[in-house]
Amino acid sequence: MTTTEIDNKTGLVTQEYKINMGPQHPAAHGVLRLVLTLDGEIIEKVDPDLGYIHRGIEKMTERDTYKQIVHLTDRLDYLSSHINNEAVCLAVENALQIEVSDRVKVIRTIIAELTRLASHQLWWGVMGMDIGALTTFMYAFRDRELINDIMEETCGTRLTMNYNKPGGLMFDIHPNFQKRVKEFIKHFKVSLPEYNTLLSGNVIFKKRLQGIGYMSKEDAIAYGVSGPSARGSNISCDVRKIHPYSAYDRVDFNEILMEGGDSYDRYMVRMKEMEESMKIIEQLIDNIPEGDFETKTAAVLKLPKGEYYQKVESARGEFGVFIVSDGKKSPYRMKFRSPGFANLSILDKISRGHKIADLVAIMSSLDFVIPDIDR
Amino acid sequence: MYDFSKMTGAIHDWLSSIMPNLGVIITEWVIIGLLFLAFFALLGLVLVYAERRIAGFFQFRLGPNRVGPFGMFQTVADTVKLLLKELVGTDRADKFLYNLAPFFLIIAALMAMATIPYGLGLIAYDVNIGLFFMMAISSIGVIGILLAGWASNNKYSMIGALRSGAVIISYELSLGLSSVLAMVLLAGTLNMNEIVMSQQDGWWLFRGHIPAIIAFIVFIITGTAETNRVPFDLTEAESELGAGFHAEYSGIKFAFFFLAEFVNMFIISAIAVTVFLGGWLPIHIPYWEGFNNIMDYIPGPFWFMIKTSGVIFLLMWFRWTFPRLRIDQILTLEWKYLLPISLINLILMAFIVMMGWVF
Repeated sequence: MTTTEIDNKTGLVTQEYKINMGPQHPAAHGVLRLVLTLDGEIIEKVDPDLGYIHRGIEKMTERDTYKQIVHLTDRLDYLSSHINNEAVCLAVENALQIEVSDRVKVIRTIIAELTRLASHQLWWGVMGMDIGALTTFMYAFRDRELINDIMEETCGTRLTMNYNKPGGLMFDIHPNFQKRVKEFIKHFKVSLPEYNTLLSGNVIFKKRLQGIGYMSKEDAIAYGVSGPSARGSNISCDVRKIHPYSAYDRVDFNEILMEGGDSYDRYMVRMKEMEESMKIIEQLIDNIPEGDFETKTAAVLKLPKGEYYQKVESARGEFGVFIVSDGKKSPYRMKFRSPGFANLSILDKISRGHKIADLVAIMSSLDFVIPDIDR
Repeated sequence: MYDFSKMTGAIHDWLSSIMPNLGVIITEWVIIGLLFLAFFALLGLVLVYAERRIAGFFQFRLGPNRVGPFGMFQTVADTVKLLLKELVGTDRADKFLYNLAPFFLIIAALMAMATIPYGLGLIAYDVNIGLFFMMAISSIGVIGILLAGWASNNKYSMIGALRSGAVIISYELSLGLSSVLAMVLLAGTLNMNEIVMSQQDGWWLFRGHIPAIIAFIVFIITGTAETNRVPFDLTEAESELGAGFHAEYSGIKFAFFFLAEFVNMFIISAIAVTVFLGGWLPIHIPYWEGFNNIMDYIPGPFWFMIKTSGVIFLLMWFRWTFPRLRIDQILTLEWKYLLPISLINLILMAFIVMMGWVF
């Protein structure tokens, strides 16, 4: 590709140009800056520039106790806040060999799946908006509101739940919890097909996504892509299946895999994952065992000297917590392996040669949450 | 049916009796101009309100419902806000062209409105090439969009404007050349009034066999593209380009673009109604003489507005349902599918008219 072409007859100069997409741009869903090198409408290079919402959370963990750190992780990927909390709690519990009751495990799993559903619903609404169908957003929010209400009742907060703590849960579930979750599942079983009618089967929508942003299996592995985005390229990487944690070993669900590797397959993986999440919740909601909602722990936890790693499946992919402890009340160093960061790294590779409009579709299909990328 | 030319004729006679000929012409121009400006502003207000309420209806929400009864004054309040806002522009923009651009759109829309027959004798510019004039005038609007994109000194605006140029120029072919022309063949005239009058026995949509229905579908698709609305709204494409060609306009200048979009939608619907759906003629059902007589008492402008609202509702329905197409897909749709289809359709229609197979 030549950068500059000069027409010999007229002397007119044709050259590629750069535009700044972001940090304030509707398609970025946050403050992500992409420097695009364009040839007309065709993308030659995408250069992501991070740091606009860097809050130094990893550094802040070195100052806080382990119980405090849990509350910081809500602010990483705010759409899977419960799952992030769970990762830190599991890491600490495993390090200290704290045994949590079955009740805690089941409740954690149910709430994690509700979180995943809410996250995918938001993603679906925003995906439609990015492609230009504005109504999807309202459909998604209608249903997501019900999950938020359940969260509000049981956890006290709608988005950043903070329901976990090392050793269990903050408090027991609300008496209405089971009833309202069942109501939600009943409602969502009707409205998920509506999603498919409105968007998935739409000819324009299919045309916009099929064959766009092809990610080969090898590339996806090489770039460390995980979660639904990788499963769209037929990579079995669901942490819930491979390394079951909490109550995932006792439920029956399928890992959704798609062969194609294009944006539409990544889209369909998430759509089908919503069904699987509902399946998991249905299996667990009537079988919440009796027991304590917390195991008593010391007020200040001190992890023995060593390194600990725990990974979980967040709504976006593999979320990992790596703790290096020197035996004090705060970690020596803590590192979060965020799925968004690895998924963003492949954006340049898969969007080259497509149009600007496709870039927006590809970004949507990779489902970025910017505070997750920029910690 | 009430003939509005009696009323306008009486006004003309009265004016002639009190002032010289030149004065009469100037006075009439001013009156018509003011009437159209008022109608233009009113249309903008009503359509924006309607769009927001309809969007609310499609999206399980209410839409504007606080200012005045049913939120009807919401758009008035918004207009006042836009009028009072500071005009912020880009640095190093081409100031002259930047300020000129909105007027192209507004003037094109206003001029196109002049040739629409709103009722019997209720047409501002009754000319024998009415439909052709309207097509010609409404394509001036794209110059405004291109100028706005170029003069804004913003790459996003530029991309939006160039997309718009490509789309509007391509779709004008199917719109004017083929789908409307097919109906002109059927009606045998370009005069808007005569096109309406030729449909007294039934709307062309139903009398024109299958070619008329194909022409109508092509017209609705291309009309949506002409007005830059979803699924062809990649000129604005808010998720890709922010706001596209009018990103750098603020206050009342932005309002001009905004208004022009809605008025263009009205114009496209008005053409559809005039050419395919019998214009201001009342709905008649064959052999229902009593019903038809009652319908005849409802004035023409009312019928015109009812039918136009129907088509506008269809366009709004598109907007709140469909995703957006990509630029190359839009051009493929036009050049590979719509244009050949409508050209073949034109030949079919010519054949039908030649053989006299019209009901």
